[in-house]
Amino acid sequence: MSSIRIKAKERNGTVDVKTLMKHNMETGLRKKKDGSKIPEHWITDVAAESGGKVVFAAAFNTSISKDPYLAFKFAGKKGDSLKISWKDNTGKTDSAETKVK
Amino acid sequence: MDRRSVLKITGTLSAAAAAAMAFPRMVFAAYNQKAFKNPKVEDSLNELFGGNATTPSGDIKLKAPDIAENGAVVPIEISTSMKAEKIAFMVKENPNPLAIVADIPAGTEAMVKTRVRMGKTTQVTAVVSSDGKLYTASKEVKVTIGGCGG
Repeated sequence: MSSIRIKAKERNGTVDVKTLMKHNMETGLRKKKDGSKIPEHWITDVAAESGGKVVFAAAFNTSISKDPYLAFKFAGKKGDSLKISWKDNTGKTDSAETKVK
Repeated sequence: MDRRSVLKITGTLSAAAAAAMAFPRMVFAAYNQKAFKNPKVEDSLNELFGGNATTPSGDIKLKAPDIAENGAVVPIEISTSMKAEKIAFMVKENPNPLAIVADIPAGTEAMVKTRVRMGKTTQVTAVVSSDGKLYTASKEVKVTIGGCGG
């Protein structure tokens, strides 16, 4: 299963998007019991595309909470496709696609 | 079509597919290492926008709790009636203040909502770039339990 959950609802020409990504978002500041630091591991970039166009893009720092939540609004209509993808600092990526309701 | 030309065509096709996999379309906002890994608010702004002169603006709405019980999860919401190109969010006394930069293309509302970590009680600032200028709205958030680990 994809690590991304998307809810996209249209109202009066505006699509309300809420998304949750499952990711540890390790800050690099936390320590293990033996005092060694847990290496940083976080989502650096998130992008949302609809109809072949980027409708929202964001860059995250490690200070975004674990399992990031993101909400935004763009102009669209019911039935539009919406694809959200992320990339983390280790180069891993994931994406999910949904239809606007 | 003889066998040789078929092989040649499939070879080219798979090479093209491999190239497309290796270089996906650049849809991501470019992650700016210098802006994010920077302990100073002013330097981060310089790296992001090429300047750090800001004007406080009443047109920016910054929603954040007065008191955050858990610094690991502080909900924030930034919206503005201005025509914004970028929206950034800073937590002044975090190890690296800059938390998020959002690109707002035409047709997208100047609004972003997320959850951030806060190390301690400090001032949080929303920065909106509009027409080449920077506007800010700030608020103090009290944190009872810090969320930066360590």
